[in-house]
Amino acid sequence: MMDSHASMTNLPDSAEADAHAPHAEEEHAHPTWSTYWKVALILALITVGEVWAYYIPSFVAGRGFIPTLLTLSALKFTIVVMFYMHLKYDARIFRVLFTGPLLIASLTLLALMFLFGHLYIKVM
Amino acid sequence: MSASVTHTSAPASHHYTTLGLDSRKVAIWAFIGSECMLFVSLISTYLIYKGRSIVGPFPHETWTDPATGHVFKPILNIPVTSASTFVLLMSSLFMVLALAAVQNKEKPKHTRGDRILGNSKLWLWMTAIAGSTFLGFQAFEFTSFVHEGLSIRTNLFGSSFFTLTGFHGAHVTAGVIWLVTLLAIDYRRGLGSRDSLLVDIAALYWHFVDVIWIVIFTLVYLIK
Repeated sequence: MMDSHASMTNLPDSAEADAHAPHAEEEHAHPTWSTYWKVALILALITVGEVWAYYIPSFVAGRGFIPTLLTLSALKFTIVVMFYMHLKYDARIFRVLFTGPLLIASLTLLALMFLFGHLYIKVM
Repeated sequence: MSASVTHTSAPASHHYTTLGLDSRKVAIWAFIGSECMLFVSLISTYLIYKGRSIVGPFPHETWTDPATGHVFKPILNIPVTSASTFVLLMSSLFMVLALAAVQNKEKPKHTRGDRILGNSKLWLWMTAIAGSTFLGFQAFEFTSFVHEGLSIRTNLFGSSFFTLTGFHGAHVTAGVIWLVTLLAIDYRRGLGSRDSLLVDIAALYWHFVDVIWIVIFTLVYLIK
């Protein structure tokens, strides 16, 4: 018995099945258990590094403090998204669905920071 | 332990889109994309108001109330929050192990290590406990802030801080409830590889909550 969705298309049964089967693009090599543990170790070490940096007054007072923390945070974010959320291995459409709104949101954040005077561009 | 982890894409009941992808997975990614925008708006609000509070307590600076002479110490407790951040990061590891255990349920387990890694109930429990621990840390933090004189109505910092972290806490709470429902299913009929998409979707939500905290921890707690 054909299901209700299949009955609405003009494809033959075999083509119908192919059309609804998962894309070959989805099937990729995936991380091993040990990769997951290594990723967790890296995340923990980065967090320790961040907190350690927070307690070094000379570093906090320097110009490198904020860029370093932002870079480490972005690194952790990327590692979790790529390895734990499997964005590195999954279909590309998921990357578009995630990075598209993230990009729009990030640009909005930057625009608001400029608008409210938290970021400056020196003109001459 | 280097057994490869199989990620089965085909669930028991098919809801494929024309792209050949399961519509529920497309939906959760679209939802996560929209959630990104929600949290960035809250983070933007926090950053815009950062340093613009007229009265204390302040996050990183000492403040003396001119009316009473009472000295307020910096309100943020970095060691406690670092511990809660570590717990949430580890919960992501437990979650991904739970997913891998469900996906590889039917694979034979020869060693004790294989049996531990393949125990979905154990990893789901660990994730739920880690999530609850994080919420406990947050409840402790909120309570101590209120006792120290910072509420959502005290100043701009209090308003934006409690709104941002409160929204995040609400998401963690929803995630813990989701995990408990998965555990209930696992105890009732057992989660197998046919259910991998159910767990995958919950895992994506959980990791998203984790990455949002990674950003909040840096922007709110560490950057002075």
